[in-house]
Amino acid sequence: MSRGILVFSEQDEGNYELLTKASEFTSQLGEVYALVLGQKEQVTIQSLVQYGAKRILTVPGVDPNTLDAESIAFVLSEIAKNSGPDILLIRSSRLGKEIAGRVAQKLGAGCVTDAISLEIKGPDLVAQRYTLGGNTISSEVIMTTKKVISVMPRSFEARPGQSAGAAEVKELAIPSPRVEMVERRKKTSESNNVESADNLICVGQGISRKEDLVIINEFCVALHAELGCTRPLAADFHWVSEERMVGISGKKCKPKLHVSIGVSGQIQHTVGIMNSKVIVAINKDKDAPIFKIADYGIVGDLYQVVPEFTRRIKAART
Amino acid sequence: MNIIVCMKQVVDLQQVRIKRDTRQPVLEGLPLQLGDMDKNALEEAVKIKEKHGAKVTVLSVGSIKLKETVLQALAMGADDATIVVDAVCDGSDPAPTALALGAAVKKIGLPDLILLGEGSTDNYSGQVCSRVAEILGLPQITYVRELSLDSGTVTAVRDMENALDVVKAKLPVVISVTSEINKPRRPPLTQILRASRKPLNTWALTDLGLSPDTVGSASSSVQVISNLAPEQERKGVIFEGDVIQAVGNIVDALRKEGAIA
Repeated sequence: MSRGILVFSEQDEGNYELLTKASEFTSQLGEVYALVLGQKEQVTIQSLVQYGAKRILTVPGVDPNTLDAESIAFVLSEIAKNSGPDILLIRSSRLGKEIAGRVAQKLGAGCVTDAISLEIKGPDLVAQRYTLGGNTISSEVIMTTKKVISVMPRSFEARPGQSAGAAEVKELAIPSPRVEMVERRKKTSESNNVESADNLICVGQGISRKEDLVIINEFCVALHAELGCTRPLAADFHWVSEERMVGISGKKCKPKLHVSIGVSGQIQHTVGIMNSKVIVAINKDKDAPIFKIADYGIVGDLYQVVPEFTRRIKAART
Repeated sequence: MNIIVCMKQVVDLQQVRIKRDTRQPVLEGLPLQLGDMDKNALEEAVKIKEKHGAKVTVLSVGSIKLKETVLQALAMGADDATIVVDAVCDGSDPAPTALALGAAVKKIGLPDLILLGEGSTDNYSGQVCSRVAEILGLPQITYVRELSLDSGTVTAVRDMENALDVVKAKLPVVISVTSEINKPRRPPLTQILRASRKPLNTWALTDLGLSPDTVGSASSSVQVISNLAPEQERKGVIFEGDVIQAVGNIVDALRKEGAIA
């Protein structure tokens, strides 16, 4: 029998998602703990309780933005070691994923990162994650007593009302970080909703010049869609901002409608759009792998197809 | 200054086939290569060597095939290579890999800088950097896209979701890099030919003072119960020929499904 689940995310929404999921497992896996870094309003603590936290550990008097993975991993391991909670659920943000490996090593724990689902099957807690660059999904069970799992953001819905009543709150201390934060530069590019959009259009190397993106943008406007792209368009050509890169090292999206334009369909990209409800692909190469995962496809010149799509959608809306 | 670059040998993922009936991946016989971001880590080490002077050692854990795969790293500018070959750490499991890497680093001698890719091309667990840092008791800086060194201190720009974090730490430190940090060089033929003349150490786990049991139990800390291609229930309606007609058909179909208003 597990001695509880410890949840950690550096941001509130992440905590709520993980607490909601952890609360579903309480009868099998034990009570839910949450760690809060820095001074938080009483109302935040109260929200954690509403999403299911039974024991809340706080580290007041620190600026969480100045902490490094090592110091946060230390606090988590102090809570979890010995008779503390056996299971750690950490939001798989970049920081969270980095903490996961470090705290797992401290605890001698097995670790699964970037889990996309969690399920109890018989005696086991089974986590699923993409492997082989997105070619496969593996189902994994951690065999050590202590278990560390980092969970992809937005894998679970956050629902309040998991628990009623007060939680126990306890204060902890944290060691000072060995990696010093000098400066945080907010990314200048505009914020976007690529990950949460209902409609997503992704463009790849089929587009031959940056100026031609204008026809893609017109299509986005007509379809009320967010623009995403493959890695080369952002990282190599800098035609589209990196925050719009979709795939294994970029955004993972679950749109209702996804239109893929001039994208060959390499697995490192398609893993980011695999969970779309409907996929439409446009590519001039009939053997492009993208057609294998498409509901609808057009083998043809995107410079012909895209403006026609835009025209039809606009016509349908008026 | 000494730099160790940890690299992983991976199969060419573009060539992975999926068995139609069982949805299992077929990996046998696929060509092996060094991980993409591992090459960025090596390139950064070689750049530091060119600028400040350093000895660059490549370290890898895996199968005996590494003897060939690692030649590419030597051609790209590493001075020597150490490979740890043992059937127990032939897999893709981060825990035993980190144990073997950590022990090998101790045996080689603690360097000023350990560089890795932010994740492997195949498994992308991102655990190895953190685990190696913990094993060696060193600070870690991950997702680095800019790196500079100045008298025993490293300053790095980390690529986080919504911000670039500029951080500082004293050497020695373990650093993982993203693919934005540089463009790995393609070695000229002369370097490729010279690579096989550079020193290549081969160690077994027992040479590192690790018993196959210790590493084996680390490798059984996570059990993979299945690894299958996701089920795809896609319609696969593909139009060729008249694109105007095709767009019309698709827009009609999407409207019927309620995918567009």
